[in-house]
Amino acid sequence: MLLPKFEYHEPLTVDEACRILGELGRKAKLLAGGTDLIVNMKKKVLSPTHVVSLSGIRDLKGLDSANGTVKLGACLTASEIAQSETLQKLFSALSKGAASLGSPLIRNLATVAGNLVSARPAADFPPPLLAYGAQVVLVKSSGERVVPLADFFKGPGQTVMDPDELLTQIILTKPPAGSGAGYFKLGLRKTLEISLTNAAAYLSLDPDGTIKTARIFLGSVAPTPLRSPSAEKVLTGEKPGEALFERAGEAAAGDSKPIDDFRASADYKKAMVAVLTKRALNMAFQEANAS
Amino acid sequence: MKKLINVTINDKEYEVAVSPNQTLVDLIRNDLELTGTKKGCELGDCGSCTVIMDGKPVNSCLVLAVQANGKKITTIEGVATDEGLHPIQAAFVEHGAIQCGFCSPGMILSGKSLLESNLAPTELEIRTAISGNLCRCTGYQKIVEAIKDVSEKGRKTI
Repeated sequence: MLLPKFEYHEPLTVDEACRILGELGRKAKLLAGGTDLIVNMKKKVLSPTHVVSLSGIRDLKGLDSANGTVKLGACLTASEIAQSETLQKLFSALSKGAASLGSPLIRNLATVAGNLVSARPAADFPPPLLAYGAQVVLVKSSGERVVPLADFFKGPGQTVMDPDELLTQIILTKPPAGSGAGYFKLGLRKTLEISLTNAAAYLSLDPDGTIKTARIFLGSVAPTPLRSPSAEKVLTGEKPGEALFERAGEAAAGDSKPIDDFRASADYKKAMVAVLTKRALNMAFQEANAS
Repeated sequence: MKKLINVTINDKEYEVAVSPNQTLVDLIRNDLELTGTKKGCELGDCGSCTVIMDGKPVNSCLVLAVQANGKKITTIEGVATDEGLHPIQAAFVEHGAIQCGFCSPGMILSGKSLLESNLAPTELEIRTAISGNLCRCTGYQKIVEAIKDVSEKGRKTI
């Protein structure tokens, strides 16, 4: 399986990468982990005439934790994120999402930003990152902007990014005491699986134990990762518990818009949204109680 | 235009000119004639092209040869020493974990990486570690037993 011909660029700084992207625009594709791009180029889905590798840019590989904020470098790999003790402690649902992606071999290459930019509806990184309220930093030569991840996805493979923009960082705010999150993915097997559905839940509790903030995000049941306002409404201001989580799961299923495809029927996916949401909420609640 | 890269494979340094659209597995197999690394699906699904790059097992079909510049790579040819087979290779032979052999280089490298970071893996950890490597012959059981055996023997000697 041959790769189409292209010119290869390996900038050493973000500035240089932006300059190259500014000059080449849509003719260029960014290469991070390569686990999507190289596959799509082999299948001739994509044939960029220029490939800009990010592997030479050290700044994109950092993990900074300071002043209540955690900044993930765009090129951290899924396995680096899954294995980071800092992230396991602060953002366990993110670690779980990272550990669910592809296979161990793929996780050693695939990057967090690559998973976001590919914008696949079933991807493992978006639901937990959305549940934690993540923001992304988009940089181009003329300046940078910070975009909430909730406003980032536009459709399958489509994002708000301009062709000359580079996603350099993901910004997370450390969750307050009394909060927790959970992520569940359903597939027919555990490895190299595209989610039938997945769900991430985040809960933050008031000192009296009622739910102050709830965020529910679902994958693989709409053209983009989907927020469930109905489930969040069911939860907010209530005392957490099995019956409440059951109702929230049903509300999430009501918000989901899955399609029938070869992986499963829409009805089955909807039923599983209810189950996964409930499980993710249980996990979030357990973590919130322990924190 | 070809680019000149420096790459260390099995402790040997190579300076080679590679095309941008050449993958690492093709560099290893075609240019360097290290054909122990296999090429199966070429899309990152089967794991037969597994090599260890800077300490981590990866699908060499998804890495461009130019990206290997400055990297340290171990292929299956670098696992045995002058003294003979690596313990994990010996265990694969002993346990009948090799049948057709096509997945073996990848399985052995994934198993070896696991044992380097985790001397006493659980069965689940072993199965997870090799979950990106497909085998159509053994049903995996003997591969898992071989890796488990090395980890147990390894622990005894430490």
